[in-house]
Amino acid sequence: MSGNTAAAPVRSQKLRKDYTRTRLFVFSALVAALLLVAVFADRICPYDPNGQDLANALQAPGPAHLLGTDRYGRDMLSRVLVGARTSIFSALLLVAVIAAAGTLAGILCGYFGGAADAVIMRIADICLAFPGLVFAMAIAAVLQGGIQNAVLALAAVSWPKYARLARGQTLSLRQADYIHAARLAGSSPGQMILRHVLPNIAGPVLVTAMLDIGTMMMELAALSFLGLGAQPPTAEWGSMISVDRSLLQTYPWVVLSPGLTIFVSVVLFNLLGDAVRDCLDPRGTGRKQKKIRDGRK
Amino acid sequence: MKKYILKRVLLLIPILFGITFLSFAMMRAAGSDAVLQKADVSGVALSLEVLDAQRAELGLDQPFLVQYFRWLGGFLTGDLGVSYVSGNDVFSVFLSKLPATLLLTGTSILLTVAISIPLGILSAVKQNKCIDYLIRVCSFIGNSMPNFFVALVLMYLLAICLPIFPVISSDLSLRSAALPTLTLAIAMSAKYLRQVRAAVLDELSKDYVTGARARGVRFSVTLWKSVLRSCLVTILTLLALSIGSLLGGTAVVESIFMWDGVGKMAVDAIQMRDYPVIQAYVVWMAVIYVTVNLITDIVYRALDPRIRLGGEEG
Repeated sequence: MSGNTAAAPVRSQKLRKDYTRTRLFVFSALVAALLLVAVFADRICPYDPNGQDLANALQAPGPAHLLGTDRYGRDMLSRVLVGARTSIFSALLLVAVIAAAGTLAGILCGYFGGAADAVIMRIADICLAFPGLVFAMAIAAVLQGGIQNAVLALAAVSWPKYARLARGQTLSLRQADYIHAARLAGSSPGQMILRHVLPNIAGPVLVTAMLDIGTMMMELAALSFLGLGAQPPTAEWGSMISVDRSLLQTYPWVVLSPGLTIFVSVVLFNLLGDAVRDCLDPRGTGRKQKKIRDGRK
Repeated sequence: MKKYILKRVLLLIPILFGITFLSFAMMRAAGSDAVLQKADVSGVALSLEVLDAQRAELGLDQPFLVQYFRWLGGFLTGDLGVSYVSGNDVFSVFLSKLPATLLLTGTSILLTVAISIPLGILSAVKQNKCIDYLIRVCSFIGNSMPNFFVALVLMYLLAICLPIFPVISSDLSLRSAALPTLTLAIAMSAKYLRQVRAAVLDELSKDYVTGARARGVRFSVTLWKSVLRSCLVTILTLLALSIGSLLGGTAVVESIFMWDGVGKMAVDAIQMRDYPVIQAYVVWMAVIYVTVNLITDIVYRALDPRIRLGGEEG
């Protein structure tokens, strides 16, 4: 390390600030584009995603079929596009559900404490006692497949993270002077939570949720890959890979195109998540992680 | 310290009850009548009297809680029933497959440590330099790929295009373990590298580092003697805590590479709706996970006096 520390922090902070805004803008635009593609997938896909054409089965990518065709001659591009709908929207729904439910549970626990706190947090402990995907696999197995059930299974294992985060944040807020002041001024608990607690913990929750979208997309795809999520012939990226993985050796595109699509979408959501985090919390991951750790105690 | 351990172990008991109860209730809620399932799988048509007799024999005519405690008793004595499909004793099958999974877990952790600790430290020390960005981009990419896709890509590149490793694992050799290990280690390293980097950066920003520099202590001395020593415990704790995601991940990877461990067993069982096997897998994975976390917490406190003192005050 050289002796330029006096000047360095100021300059790098300045650069970073401009950069963060641009990043947020660019990645929001890209994610918006991805969502638009998913919404209008059935209008823009060149072929019927479930239309079989056995004469043209397993065609290599070419001008007629940009990503080739699968073993039933279905156009891969169309299937990947339509699969975006299932894969992306179920991940978004999942994250929305766990963030809302977990945060609500966490705020109530942190704000009121007492027996409800103990009970909910013990339930959270039990849910966290299972290694994530293992428990989700078991729930999905009991609920017997289907993308809704995969969402439910992952929701059951993922909400405690938000509950702990929200609880920790609420607990530290309770000591703040303005909370005491608001209470002295006669605010009801409902008002306190909606007006004062929720807005103040929304930032960390939002950041966690944004960063979770990519992970949840991958976990949903993994469940579908194991046959516990979307069922064929529904176009979903994970199950597309699973169904055709035996063709990897001879027809790699049937596996690579949905795989790369998952990768690109997860990258976009993660980049957006990072950008949101840097905007809301310029001091970076260190602080956030410490908060999560504190929330765990 | 003894008090703390005792407290943690006592706290573990309700959690273990919760785990077993939840697993048991879930498998019952699946509407699985063991007798019907068995008859279904074997394809033999049985009369109602025979079915009822078999139910009575298995205790399925008892109330739910009685069944749960019976099952729990069996679980504690290593009797988890028999597989609906093969008729084998579930627990002995589980035990026979466990070493393969433990081997895979062990090699993945070793590889993860070998990749992510040096790179994480390097990335933190060279913060915002070229090499830091490069490492972070790689970790970002590793973080954004589902592990089944990583598995298939590795299989395509290293077993099909360049036939270095076998496509499926036929035995428990290190050569067969290479691809599944690499798959698991890539996902884990990507996540863990960030944590190592954050931990080292956190330590580097402390006042004593500036103080040491002001007194003219060489940076390498500060780094090796003080910084790394004080964040090693954090780093190792984070590693132990990430074992949970590894345990879930092995299921997917094992079934892709035909690695004959408990994960593949569970995935096969799920496909066949073989509930006793799924149940055994879920309960045991949870027990292993909880135990590892508990040991980690205790060791963490034992090794780091700051945590210990902080905890006793509070």
